[in-house]
Amino acid sequence: MSAALWPALLNGLTMGAIYALIALGLTLIYGVLHIINFAHGSLLMLAMYGVLLLFERTGTDPYLALIVMVPAMFVLGYGLQRFIIGPARHGRDENTILATLGISIVIENLAAWYFKSDTHQIATAYGDTMVDLAGALIALPRLLALAGAMVSCALLALFIRHSDTGRAIRAVAREPEGARAVGIDVAHVFAVSFGIGLACLGAAACFLLPAFYVSPMVGHSFVLLAFTVVVLGGMGSFTGSLVGGLLIGIVESLGGLLLGESLGQIGVFIVFVGVLLFRPTGLFGHHA
Amino acid sequence: MSLNRPKTGGRTTHPGLLASVQSSQSTGNARRRFIQQAGALATGTLAAPGLLLAQPAPIKVGVLLPLTGAVAFPGQQSREGVQLAFEDINGRGGIRSMGGAKLEALVADAQSQPQVGAAEVEKLHEAGVCAIVGPYASAIALASTQAAARYGIPCLLDEGVADQITSRGLTNVFRFGPSYEMAVKIGINNFHILNTLAGKPVRTVVIVHEESLFGTGTANTIARDLPALGYEVLEVIKHANPTRDFSNIALRIKARNPDVVMQANYLNEFALLLRTLQQQGVKPKVMYSIFGGGGSNPKVARELGAAAEGILDCNHWYNPKDKRGAALRMRAEKKGLTFTHELLMGYNATMLLADGLERAKSARREAIVDALSASTWSDHFMPYGATRFVNGQNQGAQPIVTQILKGEVRVVLPNTFAEAEPVFPTSRG
Repeated sequence: MSAALWPALLNGLTMGAIYALIALGLTLIYGVLHIINFAHGSLLMLAMYGVLLLFERTGTDPYLALIVMVPAMFVLGYGLQRFIIGPARHGRDENTILATLGISIVIENLAAWYFKSDTHQIATAYGDTMVDLAGALIALPRLLALAGAMVSCALLALFIRHSDTGRAIRAVAREPEGARAVGIDVAHVFAVSFGIGLACLGAAACFLLPAFYVSPMVGHSFVLLAFTVVVLGGMGSFTGSLVGGLLIGIVESLGGLLLGESLGQIGVFIVFVGVLLFRPTGLFGHHA
Repeated sequence: MSLNRPKTGGRTTHPGLLASVQSSQSTGNARRRFIQQAGALATGTLAAPGLLLAQPAPIKVGVLLPLTGAVAFPGQQSREGVQLAFEDINGRGGIRSMGGAKLEALVADAQSQPQVGAAEVEKLHEAGVCAIVGPYASAIALASTQAAARYGIPCLLDEGVADQITSRGLTNVFRFGPSYEMAVKIGINNFHILNTLAGKPVRTVVIVHEESLFGTGTANTIARDLPALGYEVLEVIKHANPTRDFSNIALRIKARNPDVVMQANYLNEFALLLRTLQQQGVKPKVMYSIFGGGGSNPKVARELGAAAEGILDCNHWYNPKDKRGAALRMRAEKKGLTFTHELLMGYNATMLLADGLERAKSARREAIVDALSASTWSDHFMPYGATRFVNGQNQGAQPIVTQILKGEVRVVLPNTFAEAEPVFPTSRG
């Protein structure tokens, strides 16, 4: 058992990095727009099909597909917020819940119709390449996912902190009316934030696919955990998402190892309930 | 309705209002016209069978399958098979004993939920179906066959392998393929034959299964029966649906180092575990499954390449010596479909119904039930022989063992149907 502890820890970290990346988009959208994006899972699925199609039709390597998928998902997100979710809001947050829920249903059914509900995977030359990390064999795609998630988080944090758009996003997140008063185009910033949130999904899809499968239902495998990560890390906190994601990954992996895979998920939700009880704002949340 | 409105509307009050009243009047007229025409059309349709004796009324058949939700993929596959069968039956001139009556499918979505399946049966009954084909999943079948029994609707199971479905004394249920207990018994037996013929190179087994009725039941039965044949079950590992990461399980299997890994789970997890085993360098001498999620799926064989090579699966499969099976497969693949056992069994269940209708010479439900109960249908391409139903279970049904060899699914056992020599143990060892 103890021999398996180290590889299980590493596996949890690499899986957690993916959770973190997915949660990052969710937390950004929540932090700025104060809406919970129920379409997050189905949009992840859409991005994964994008990667799959690029691979099957044009032979594009999933990592190379980052160049296409990240901007494509950004544009999609921008358009969705600008032309559907934003206008559907009518000043009431609950409208956006229905809008995102509706989008998710539409996307899932379109995918089920167009792609059929079959499962697809891709075989790459490096898919089975293993890296020996002090005795633990970790698949190369998983390590790349870990590195990719870290880099994405860092880039996003830098962008938000130092760019003009980032400042505008922060201003809108904190005080939309005030931001509007100083001349920031709030609707544009909302759409940009939603776009960045989906761009994170585009990246996550590229990192996921070499080691995972895609089907119209695949989003469900991740979205519940991503919500958990967001609440655990603190709604709207980037650091929270990253730490939360990695933590959930590790807890899930060790839970599976120690309690059996069927019970592995229990650990995740025990931690979750614990945090809610003792630190309701989440690990890195600021206000209640 | 619009008839009363002009009185209160006052024609001189406002031009806009007038316009709207007039338009509502004309809508009313249009509506009446439509109803008259529709009525004429309906009478025409009703009169048609009397006028055109060569065209008997179509026979309505319910096709109840999970087309959305968790088991949507197998459900849709089965529907494709049913559709191909409809094409064949209607294409060759319908049901001959009934003057060439064509079959008409009424498709219902069970949404991967038993209660929805049962509710859809009510609707199909209302619509006047003579029989129901489906509903793939055992859990749905338990509910839908019960609901159908109230109206005496014959149910032709495409898969629905759980034994409980046919052991409740329902006379309206017919399963052409093997039940789950039958398959596990034959599956273990076949495994033992393969091992014995090869000089018993394997002895230790780890079983990996998903946590629902299907996986747990299969795993428990295998674990119960293997020791009597001289095998040692080292560990039985259960996993959730979905499982995103099989690394831990792969490491556990690696630590146990079994000769054989047996899987009982669904396609996604089946494929993910295979891939993880490959990555972790876990190479059991034999990979064997009974009703395995992807062990006889040609797409898994293609997509997973080396990771899937040599995998043995005991499952529903056609007799490869009969050309019609391969022909069906070609047709499905031409349509861009993956040929899987679900498609095959959907096709079979529908063809069995067509045979029942031929024998019954009637679309009355009781007549079909009687005809099926006594049927000796042998004009099929499954390795079963003529049908003989006892409590709704076809006694001659059996699964056969396939192996993925050079990326192709080939039948390797029983010998009468084998199209390739089994590789046992596989080169994994």
